[in-house]
Amino acid sequence: MMFNLAAFSLYDLAFIIIAGITVTAALGVVLFKNIIYSALSLILAFLGAAAIYFQLNSSFLGVIQILVYAGAISVLIIFAIMLVMNRPAGESNLSSPRTREVFTGATITAMLFTALIAVIGFTQWPIGAKPGPDNSLGLLADLLLGDYVIAFEAAAILLLVAVVGAIILAKGGENK
Amino acid sequence: MEALFINLAEAFTGWMIRLGLNPAWAESILLLVKWIIVITIITVNIIILIWLERKISAFFQERLGPNRLGPFGIFQTVADAIKLLTKEDIVPSAADKLIFKTAPMFFIVVAVMLYTVIPMGKDMEVINLNIGLLFFISVGSLSTIALLMAGWGSNNKWSLMGAVRSVAQMVSYEIPLAFSLLGVVMITGSLNLQDIVAAQDKWWFIVLQPIAFITYFIAATAELNRGPFDMPEAEQELTGGAYTEYTGMRWALFFLAEYTNLVAVSALMATVFLGGWQGPWLPSWLWIIIKTYAVILVFFWVKWTFPRIRMDHLMSFSWKVLVPVSLGNILLTGAGIYFCRWMGWC
Repeated sequence: MMFNLAAFSLYDLAFIIIAGITVTAALGVVLFKNIIYSALSLILAFLGAAAIYFQLNSSFLGVIQILVYAGAISVLIIFAIMLVMNRPAGESNLSSPRTREVFTGATITAMLFTALIAVIGFTQWPIGAKPGPDNSLGLLADLLLGDYVIAFEAAAILLLVAVVGAIILAKGGENK
Repeated sequence: MEALFINLAEAFTGWMIRLGLNPAWAESILLLVKWIIVITIITVNIIILIWLERKISAFFQERLGPNRLGPFGIFQTVADAIKLLTKEDIVPSAADKLIFKTAPMFFIVVAVMLYTVIPMGKDMEVINLNIGLLFFISVGSLSTIALLMAGWGSNNKWSLMGAVRSVAQMVSYEIPLAFSLLGVVMITGSLNLQDIVAAQDKWWFIVLQPIAFITYFIAATAELNRGPFDMPEAEQELTGGAYTEYTGMRWALFFLAEYTNLVAVSALMATVFLGGWQGPWLPSWLWIIIKTYAVILVFFWVKWTFPRIRMDHLMSFSWKVLVPVSLGNILLTGAGIYFCRWMGWC
C-alpha cells in the first residue's frame, strides 16, 4: 500500500483526524436537541467508521459500510423521522426529564464502556503478524458462496420475506 | 505522448524527494496535486459542458442558443458563472441554516469523490482500488443524503417534495444500476476498473453485455435525475424541487455537482462498456475523454428528445421492468460463462 512504516507519523495523524471526527459525530447523535441533526451526525459517524476501515486496508468493509449504513440505513432513518415527527424540530431529541431514566441509561452505558475497555485491554492483539490478504473480497466471496452458501441464502430469503411482508402491511389487505 | 502524465508525476515525486522530503509525504502531496488537477478539470469542463448542452438543446428545438458573447456564444457560461458568483447569498429566514448551507457542499464533495477510482488512462488514476467499481456505486449512493438535506433544510414543501421524489427514485434505480454492472464483473472476475478495461482488449463489453448496457444507461439517467427522469426537479410543477430555495453560488454548486456526476457516470460507462482508455493511434488519456464525451452527448440527446415520465410510471418501470431484466441478464451471463467454459472457448 501507499503507507509504510516510514510514514508512521502521517498514518497516525490521519487516524487521529478520522477518529476525532467519528467520536465527535457520535457524541452529536446523543447531544443534539434536533433529531434531524442527530441523524445527520450519525451519517458522519458511519462515514468516519468507513474511513477507519479504509485506513486499516480493509476497503471492502469500508465500501460496504458506506453503501449499507451511510447510503441506505441512514435514508431509512431520516424518512422514519420525517414520517413520525410530531413536535418542533428544535426539541425533538430531548433527553428524558426524569432523573431515574437518565440514571439507568448512564449506569448501563458506564458498565458497557468498562466492559469494552476491559476487553480491549486484556486481549492479546497479534501485532506484527503478516498483513491481511490483498484480495480479501475474493476470499470472502469463496467463503460466503462456498462453505456458507446455505446460511447466506437463508438470510437472503428471510430478508425477502420481510420485504414482502412490509409491502403487504403498508398497502393493506383490502384489495385482493 | 502515452506516458506523458505518468512521467510528469514521477518527475514531480522525484523532485520532492530530492528536496529532502520523506517518500511517504511526497506520495501524499502527489495525491493532493492529483486531486487539485481533477477538481480543476471538472470546473473548467463544466463551462464547456453547459455551453454544449445549451447549444445542443437549441439545435433540437430549432433555436440558436447562446450566440452573443464570443464566437458561437462560447463565453456565455463564463459570464453566467461570474453572475452567479457575484449574486447575493440568500438564506431563507425559516430555513434550517446549518443543513441548508452544508447540503450543496456535501453534494459536490460526494460527486468529486467518484473520480477517485476512474481510470483516466493506462496506469492513470488517483487511487488504484481493487474494488473500484463497488466504491463508485457506494459513494454514488451518498448523494441522496445531500438532496434530502437540501429538501429538509429549505423548509419548503416543494423542496421537500422534490427531495422525497429524488430519494425514492435514486434508491429504486440503484438496484438495477448495480445489477447491470454485475454481468461485467462476472465476466471479468474483478471489481478493479483497470482489470475491467484490460479485459476488453478483444471485445468491448457493450458487445458482450448489450442488455446490461441499456439497463445501466436507463438506471444511470434516473440516478442522475436527468430528463426524461427529472421528476425531482420538474420545473413546471415543483418549481425546481430540492433546489427551489437556493440562489447564487449555492445553487451553482448543485448545478456543478450534477454535471460532475454526469461526467463521472459517463466516464464509468466508457470504462466499463466501451473499452475504457483502449484504442488505436491516440494516447490512452485522449481516448477516455473522447469516449466520455460520446456518452455525454447521448445523455444530452435523450434528455432533449423524450418527454418527462410520470412519477408512478417511473417507479413501476424500475421495479417491474428494469430489476427483472437486469436479474435475467445476470442469469444469462452466468449460463453463458458456463457454456463458454464447457465448449472450451474460454
